[in-house]
Amino acid sequence: MDLRDTPEEATFREELRSWVEQNLTNEVRRGRFEEAGRDWSRKLHEAGYAGLTWPKEYGGAGAPYSHQAIFLEEMARAEAPPHLGVIGLGMAGPTIIAHGTETHKKERLEKILSTEEIWCQGFSEPDAGSDLSAVRTTAIRDGDEFVVNGQKVWSSFAHIADWCILVTRSDPESQRHAGLTYLIVDMHSPGVEVRPLRQITGEAEFNEIFFTDVRVPVDNVLGEVGGGWGVAMTTLLHERGTLGFALTAGLESQIRKLIALAKERGATEVQRDAIAREWIGLQAVRYTNYRSLTTLMKTGIPGPEGSGAKLWWSEANQRVTKLALELLGPEAQLIGENGYWQHQQLRSRGNTIEAGTSEILRNIIAERVLGLPRSR
Amino acid sequence: MDFAFTQEQEELRREARAFLEANPEASLAQLRELGWLGVSASEERGGGGLAFLDEAVLFEETGRALLPGPFLTTAVVLPALPEVDEQAWSVEVDGLVPDLLHVDRVLTQEMRSVPAEGESLATMDETRPLGRLASSDGDQIDGNWEQVRLRLLSALALEAVGISQRALELGIEYVSQREQFGKKIGSYQAVSHPLADTYVETELARSLAYWAAWSVSEAAEGAAVAVAAAKAQCADTSVRACERSIQVHGGIGFTWEHPLHRYYKRAQWIDAFGGHAAVQRRVVAAALLD
Repeated sequence: MDLRDTPEEATFREELRSWVEQNLTNEVRRGRFEEAGRDWSRKLHEAGYAGLTWPKEYGGAGAPYSHQAIFLEEMARAEAPPHLGVIGLGMAGPTIIAHGTETHKKERLEKILSTEEIWCQGFSEPDAGSDLSAVRTTAIRDGDEFVVNGQKVWSSFAHIADWCILVTRSDPESQRHAGLTYLIVDMHSPGVEVRPLRQITGEAEFNEIFFTDVRVPVDNVLGEVGGGWGVAMTTLLHERGTLGFALTAGLESQIRKLIALAKERGATEVQRDAIAREWIGLQAVRYTNYRSLTTLMKTGIPGPEGSGAKLWWSEANQRVTKLALELLGPEAQLIGENGYWQHQQLRSRGNTIEAGTSEILRNIIAERVLGLPRSR
Repeated sequence: MDFAFTQEQEELRREARAFLEANPEASLAQLRELGWLGVSASEERGGGGLAFLDEAVLFEETGRALLPGPFLTTAVVLPALPEVDEQAWSVEVDGLVPDLLHVDRVLTQEMRSVPAEGESLATMDETRPLGRLASSDGDQIDGNWEQVRLRLLSALALEAVGISQRALELGIEYVSQREQFGKKIGSYQAVSHPLADTYVETELARSLAYWAAWSVSEAAEGAAVAVAAAKAQCADTSVRACERSIQVHGGIGFTWEHPLHRYYKRAQWIDAFGGHAAVQRRVVAAALLD
């Protein structure tokens, strides 16, 4: 056991930190989300920081997961903007690597790394949220094409996306997990319509996507026709892979701001206790990620202890943001310069819903980790 | 970064678990024979010359087994002595001495070695009685109480992890076989979700306990804060783990006959000794905010 960086990890961190200092300019920080984001994402790619854990043969760095963890920690530390290609890098790309044809790999992967093409995810539907197997968006074979009809929801980046990973029902007679087909769909195809979903914070981070007679070449199937469920599970596995590190790094920067606010405004004994509690929780989840990562690096499979990271983080982020509003006192309602904490507090309500509701995550832990009898 | 015990340490854990299952009330002499005492005392003082981390798994396992007797206090005192001896040791913290009548000598916060004489008091946790020294006169020992204190609180945090884990396992076993309304009660989410929470909290507590043990072992900067954090969260977690387990056991969990109450009382003993979670968090808050 050694909780310090290895010399090799320390070098990677050192180089990354000085690269960030030189490249993360105020223009990037303050720029408009999309343009600044594209510029920043391109820079990351040119410096070799996109697709760190992707195999070298597909343009990645072939680096160990510890580098990805360090990368996420340092990005949060520097408060760098999010990489616009998160869905491509973290979900679509690894799924293409696992299930795609040589053509898919050749045509799509490089453009994911460079952020030339942005991806979105078409999984959830109005009637298929936690229960993904209830998807009703249809893909009916017509010659060399599928004709896609239906509606997807909660798609981040869909309004700027070039491609979509889409779970469809290709056999209309099928039930649940059978008869699903996983497609990659060109978002510029005729019949694709994206409508922003205005959320509790007032902004529109997510979208609805409507598919009306969208023609998708049969070549765009990932895996087998009818084998979409298994492919979707690959995507979700990657979504949850190093997710814990990204979330923890975000919480760390949030708690740093909370401490600064408490020092500036003063805190009661009760608030001091609550701040200490959240800081301790942060260390706990951070070191739990490290334990899970150690298992991942030794065995290739992340340890089960990491399965609670998202669950814990989501509730912690809700408490932390609310605590910040409490520190602001009666002025908590005043938006002030940028309304940071008000926005964060409202946004945090989504944390226990997105990427697996807390209820579903508790079911997964109860059934798959603890081995309790199934609830359904 | 490598956050795992070595194969040797994991092997020691397996041996310890098997031994304690067979000998739940093992004496200090038996444990000494196994080489569990003085592990982290230096070789020139007659110890094992290993690190605190090498004995960390033992505290987790003695917690899990609810081992009675002064193993923990003896183990944390020995590295502070000029020479590892064969006596049973306890410590005096906030005027209270665990297992006073079962030890030979007591180390006080002033680093005095005091004969174990005084009064034993009735405690909620009957397996670890507390006493008060008749006198605090004794021989001055040349050493650092802070190191003893950090080992002690770190060891208690590890014990608490062992207790949380066992309380969780008892809960899982019970709800997996108990049936009501024609179904295993573990299939009801109102029953399974609290156990899922205990699992998550136990893993989080485990990480803190190992981090603290590593920090003590390496005399890392910030070890005192790591120990306070671990003691707070691990004690809290173990108390809650027992409470949830009692709840999912229903009536049987509330009986004297069932072992759960003993884990529950030990968890509360750990929380109180050396300062409750809220007291430990004051140390953390001061480090963060002052």
